[in-house]
Amino acid sequence: MTLVAPAVAERFRPGQFVALAVGGEHTARLARRCFAVYEVKPDYGGTVELVFDHRGGADPGTGWLVGRRARDMVDMVGPLGRPFRLPRDPVSCLLVGGGPGAAALFALADTLRRRECRVHFLLADRSAPAVFGARSAQRIGDSAAVVTEDGSLGDTGTAGDVLPRVIEESGADVVYACGPTELLRAVSAVASRYGLPSQVSVEEFLQRTGACGTGLCMACVLPIVGDDGITRMVRACSDGPVLRGDRVRWGDLGTIPFDALGAPRALGGAL
Amino acid sequence: MRTRLGALELTNPVMTAAGCGGTGRELARFFDLTKLGAFVTTSVMTQPRAGRPTPRVTETPSGLLTAMGLPGPGIDSFLERDLPFLAEQDVPVIVSVAGNSLEEYAEVARRLYDAPSVAAVEVNLAAPNVEDRGRMFGRLPGPAADVVRAVRVATRRDVPVLAKLAPDVGDLVTVALACVDSGADGLSLINTMAGSAIDADTMRPALTGVSGGLSGPAIRPVAVRCVYEVHAALPGTPIVGIGGVATGLDALEFVLAGACAVAVGSALFHDPTAAPRILRELEEALSVRRIAALADAVGLAHKPTGYVPPQIGPAPAGAGERARERPEEPKEKP
Ligand SMILES: Cc1cc2nc3c(=O)[nH]c(=O)nc-3n(C[C@H](O)[C@H](O)[C@H](O)COP(=O)(O)OP(=O)(O)OC[C@H]3O[C@@H](n4cnc5c(N)ncnc54)[C@H](O)[C@@H]3O)c2cc1C
Ligand SMILES: Cc1cc2nc3c(=O)[nH]c(=O)nc-3n(C[C@H](O)[C@H](O)[C@H](O)COP(=O)(O)O)c2cc1C
Ligand code: FES
Repeated sequence: MTLVAPAVAERFRPGQFVALAVGGEHTARLARRCFAVYEVKPDYGGTVELVFDHRGGADPGTGWLVGRRARDMVDMVGPLGRPFRLPRDPVSCLLVGGGPGAAALFALADTLRRRECRVHFLLADRSAPAVFGARSAQRIGDSAAVVTEDGSLGDTGTAGDVLPRVIEESGADVVYACGPTELLRAVSAVASRYGLPSQVSVEEFLQRTGACGTGLCMACVLPIVGDDGITRMVRACSDGPVLRGDRVRWGDLGTIPFDALGAPRALGGAL
Repeated sequence: MRTRLGALELTNPVMTAAGCGGTGRELARFFDLTKLGAFVTTSVMTQPRAGRPTPRVTETPSGLLTAMGLPGPGIDSFLERDLPFLAEQDVPVIVSVAGNSLEEYAEVARRLYDAPSVAAVEVNLAAPNVEDRGRMFGRLPGPAADVVRAVRVATRRDVPVLAKLAPDVGDLVTVALACVDSGADGLSLINTMAGSAIDADTMRPALTGVSGGLSGPAIRPVAVRCVYEVHAALPGTPIVGIGGVATGLDALEFVLAGACAVAVGSALFHDPTAAPRILRELEEALSVRRIAALADAVGLAHKPTGYVPPQIGPAPAGAGERARERPEEPKEKP
């Protein structure tokens, strides 16, 4: 979907997202739906392109978006969240994407290219039709690998399985990832093993938990270890969605770790 | 469009609801906070709290169901980092206080005593009382009055204390009366109401906390009923109307029921610019009805049909239509 939104297009940095209201002006659906930005273009003063997975129209919110026609108005807030931090020097970057999450990587690839970085892609999904952007990755990447769980495209397995090989072949200095939480967890672990910094976008977690996208509702918190070694619950939308992979306590998502700042000492009943 | 909450005079009647405006920094990216009548903070407790695990929010028809577990940085960090930011914004700051015991409420209030730029204190009486099997303080008149008295004593005389009540009580008017008797200068009505949702896919509760607080337009009729009943019993007590305010007409509904200000909560999640928009819409709704001052409209619904206060002229024919046709101003995005 392409939306004309000059102010958003102008300020957008790769890794940021937008939050759309669904269902029209008098909707009963209050939560916003967040979408990664695939591309911004200068056309019509500035456009924002989103890619969405309507899962056969099963999702009511996305189903509504699918029903929009040319020139319809959509209520969009953005750009939101923190972007990917970019390397200062022209280094070799590995961009790992899973499912529609891969959409966020193409704007990043463009920006890295302009900084004369080398860009390698690894795209992963369950099966061939779901893999997003394999063609574009081949066109713009210095290399592009694909892995599917059923082997219908590229290698057979998960991103974690082939990542060590891809890291070695590409000589990556830094790893960027966007996609399902399991993928991010595997990428962070492998990158740490190779001593590489990883930056991951936790959009799947945000999608499952968040309601506003703007940092107001506090719904999307996950545990992050700070520089001081203390774990804090931070918001995936406004403190993320891009986080340092090595700082996220992946095993503790969906919990309040007992050693987190302010963790309850006894189960309370506060609403 | 001025209004008063006891000794506190506000430049306009639209404020944020506790826990829905973040630290203020998040909203400040969308509009100038001086456009708010007041900024109400998230409930502050003595210690930092991480709150409940996710999922803590789920969408329900015209509402949100949330079980956050009162997350917050604690009073020390609030005084050090959040309050100074708000103080710089030139907007009245109403600090919401909560506690697990009477002593904790009093402690937070005492720590605020010397803090500059606290325009009012709002007592969140929906917090769970650990000494009473985790049931909320505001459930019965006795505990509610105790908490209000403790906070009133610990707060500077010139700083109004508002008591914020949830509707899940046997007799709200009795609780409200008890709060006012023990020193509350005003009432905030209402907090969220208890509710649950079961996820049909996982066949388990949708929230980690099982039950949560329902907010949004879904609870507006309940909130309007509460404001109406309490205003009827306590016509002199300022009331902040809260619960599903999403448009200027929603705000007007609360005013007519007896509120002299409204607070916007969940609507901010849907539209971060909601507060200044609601104020514009309320001003327009009043002018269409030839109501010059907000005070003239407060509690008007309690008057007999056909009664028109001397200050208010009848609306000119077709005024409503004309107002509706006016194109909306484009929203500012960050
Ligand atoms: C940063 C980010 C980037 C994203 N990028 C993309 C993208 O590029 N492409 C893409 O296709 N998708 C993307 N998503 C996912 C997208 O935001 C939507 O969540 C997804 O498309 C499904 O939305 P829906 O409204 O159709 O589904 P719905 O079924 O309406 O649910 C959407 C949200 O509403 C809430 N919800 C609704 N009903 C319930 C219930 N019964 N119980 C609990 N919660 C409920 C949940 O919070 C859920 O996340 C992204 C998400 C994030 C956070
Ligand atoms: C995410 C969330 C957090 C809240 N946190 C607080 C809080 O800290 N203290 C409080 O008194 N009320 C809190 N509330 C209740 C709101 O202030 C308000 O009373 C309620 O949501 C009804 O208003 P609304 O329908 O406009 O959202 C919270 C509500 C929500 C949805
Ligand atoms: S989605 Fe509301 S705070 Fe992150």
